[in-house]
Amino acid sequence: MAASIFAAVPRAPPVAVFKLTADFREDGDARKVNLGVGAYRTDEGQPWVLPVVKKVEQMIANDNSLNHEYLPILGLPEFRANASRIALGDDSPAIKENRIGSVQSLGGTGALRIGAEFLRRWYNGNNNTATPVYISAPSWENHNSVFVDAGFKDIRTYHYWDAAKRGLDLQGLLDDMEKAPEFSIFILHACAHNPTGTDPTPDQWKQIAAVMKRRFLFPFFDSAYQGFASGSLDKDAWAVRYFVSEGFELFCAQSFSKNFGLYNERVGNLTVVGKDTDNVQRVLSQMEKIVRTTWSNPPSQGARIVATTLASPQLFAEWKDNVKTMADRVLLMRSELRSRLESLGTPGTWNHITEQIGMFSFTGLNPKQVEYMVKEKHIYLMASGRINMCGLTTKNLDYVAKSIHEAVTKIQ
Amino acid sequence: SSWWSHVEMGPPDPILGVTEAYKRDTNSKKMNLGVGAYRDDSGKPYVLSCVRKAEAMIASKKMDKEYLPIGGLADFTRASAELALGESSEAFKSGRYVTMQGISGTGSLRIGANFLQRFFKASRDVYLPKPSWGNHTPIFRDAGLQLQAYRYYDPKTCSLDFSGAMDDISKIPEKSIILLHACAHNPTGVDPRQEQWKELAATVKKRNLLVYFDMAYQGFASGDINRDAWAVRHFIDQGINVLLSQSYAKNMGLYGERAGAFTVICSDAEEAKRVESQLKILIRPMYSNPPMNGARIASIILNTPDLRKEWLTEVKGMADRIISMRTQLVANLKKEGSSHNWQHITDQIGMFCFTGLKPEQVERLIKEFSIYMTKDGRISVAGVTSGNVGYLAHAIHQVTK
Repeated sequence: MAASIFAAVPRAPPVAVFKLTADFREDGDARKVNLGVGAYRTDEGQPWVLPVVKKVEQMIANDNSLNHEYLPILGLPEFRANASRIALGDDSPAIKENRIGSVQSLGGTGALRIGAEFLRRWYNGNNNTATPVYISAPSWENHNSVFVDAGFKDIRTYHYWDAAKRGLDLQGLLDDMEKAPEFSIFILHACAHNPTGTDPTPDQWKQIAAVMKRRFLFPFFDSAYQGFASGSLDKDAWAVRYFVSEGFELFCAQSFSKNFGLYNERVGNLTVVGKDTDNVQRVLSQMEKIVRTTWSNPPSQGARIVATTLASPQLFAEWKDNVKTMADRVLLMRSELRSRLESLGTPGTWNHITEQIGMFSFTGLNPKQVEYMVKEKHIYLMASGRINMCGLTTKNLDYVAKSIHEAVTKIQ
Repeated sequence: SSWWSHVEMGPPDPILGVTEAYKRDTNSKKMNLGVGAYRDDSGKPYVLSCVRKAEAMIASKKMDKEYLPIGGLADFTRASAELALGESSEAFKSGRYVTMQGISGTGSLRIGANFLQRFFKASRDVYLPKPSWGNHTPIFRDAGLQLQAYRYYDPKTCSLDFSGAMDDISKIPEKSIILLHACAHNPTGVDPRQEQWKELAATVKKRNLLVYFDMAYQGFASGDINRDAWAVRHFIDQGINVLLSQSYAKNMGLYGERAGAFTVICSDAEEAKRVESQLKILIRPMYSNPPMNGARIASIILNTPDLRKEWLTEVKGMADRIISMRTQLVANLKKEGSSHNWQHITDQIGMFCFTGLKPEQVERLIKEFSIYMTKDGRISVAGVTSGNVGYLAHAIHQVTK
């Protein structure tokens, strides 16, 4: 038989964050803690299906009028409208002026990819793969792959995390925007920056928006944690809404994986804000073509759950309450971890633990210290020093704090 | 001004357009024969009983919603491979395959297309049968490949142009990619007989072509899952390491749940692992990991003996109803006094039928009788019921006599 056509296919390295969880699973040590992958956990260290989700799923299961027919290409209409409304606000001028569009997508990733594919085809000319795309340093590692695979040839980073002061490098960020070629695309984290947990303040966002407006830079928001970050949907959407009020045309990739706990249902939405209805309609028609060759039409289960919840005042209130429960537990773990580290006298400053927001914290641990945590203490975290606060519980806080203390004092 | 001023309006989808027009029509006798989804004899969507049972089981288990692995639900992908290849398949038993959960048929095709673009350097050309499913061309094009065609459908006989197909395929440049519909060819309903598949396999092997099977109707075509997978299994038996896309949209009625699978038959298990690692790299920046619900339902059905048996009965029921509608349509046309040869209607298989009607005749069916189909004369037999088959025959006779 002839040699296989795939004989030369090399073995690709595993995706780091999933490898971490795989290693954690295989670890037999009773003290093990998983501070890797970004999924919410209860104080018992268990996944949490939101009570409102359970309720709505039961409603769906009992509704015999529902079937499994195809959704439209752009998704479930009630989902799309409600999802965008959540991001932009009930009183959004863009919604009132009927100049928004929505594309139901497979999670936040799917929304990013459809947006990226569209931009590559239609933004800044036709099929202009040379348009620079700026991604924060650091960022969610998949951002890079999304835009590369969508065909963009010039992916750059913009300054974001200042490791020395453990905060936002605003000046570096603004400088990069000043120097960026006009029409460059900037990927902005709407809130709860992944992996640093460090967000610009409203005042800093205003400065960012001013530069972007002056330099004709395109804002592509990634909103994966609305509600989950501060506990308030409106607060977490402030940046996106500010940009809309400043007259920007923008994209916002929304994920309902975390704030609805619907991870494996793949519920996301790409919100498009344009100058007017006509432009948005043409954009959507082209996005339809992209969707048709990627997944044809999106999965219905998760969208139904979200649409039903958002459309009912009572269920919506329950959902906001569930979201606040998650956000509050994270905030509690932050303050508990910080206070323990400070009590232990762990070298360094630890206020960043409570100043950062969302699921993740950039601890500041270096790769060697991280290795110590994983190998010696069986505490699994990313090489970047990123920890998932949701992995902390009242039961493991002491162990984790002591282990961080050891790592910082023993390893330099 | 807007960033999007130069963005053109995309052309309307021809098939959706049919349904839109149908919806607007107030004629009580109207028929929608554009729809690519199964309907029962009352013209209603059909949720399979085994699906409802699987859903009840899922609800009672109170599972969490944690992310699936990039490759999907393992119980589902393994069962999918076994369904396609057969439990006694050497390729299946030896583990020299990789199956990734895909977003129904489209998503599975697209994963494969992207994979070929990235790793199959021998050729950029994908050969499709003429005609093929309308979405095949843009899928492969968007993945960065080029489209070619081989003769397939003979409009004069409304059946397979076998000599034309063999002629064209025997001339395809070596190492090109050829796409084959495993069963129930869409849109024509014309499938090769087993003897013809054997010849096709021999020719494809001789030309050293890379075979990509699209199997969207296993079980739904003849009512027998093994019979419908015969071509795929034969090719693999002949030593042809195929790529395969599967959909559970039709055969399990899971349309909107997007359950599907993409498989690569490899030289050995080690190669399969390498290919798998690269498929993950492709999938992660598309949608990270696949949706659980449809795969979970399909997995429970395939892996629970009672439910699997029930499913096989139900899928045969759907196939039988389609076959029965074909038979009744031909019988009614005869009763109407039509002198034309309508044998192709019963010779063809699966959801769709290429009636042979010309655009002007289709136009009349739409305008005068409120019977909606695509301009190429394709009807979805799923839209025919015992209640309207008489009306359909009458209308067809009127425009063709």
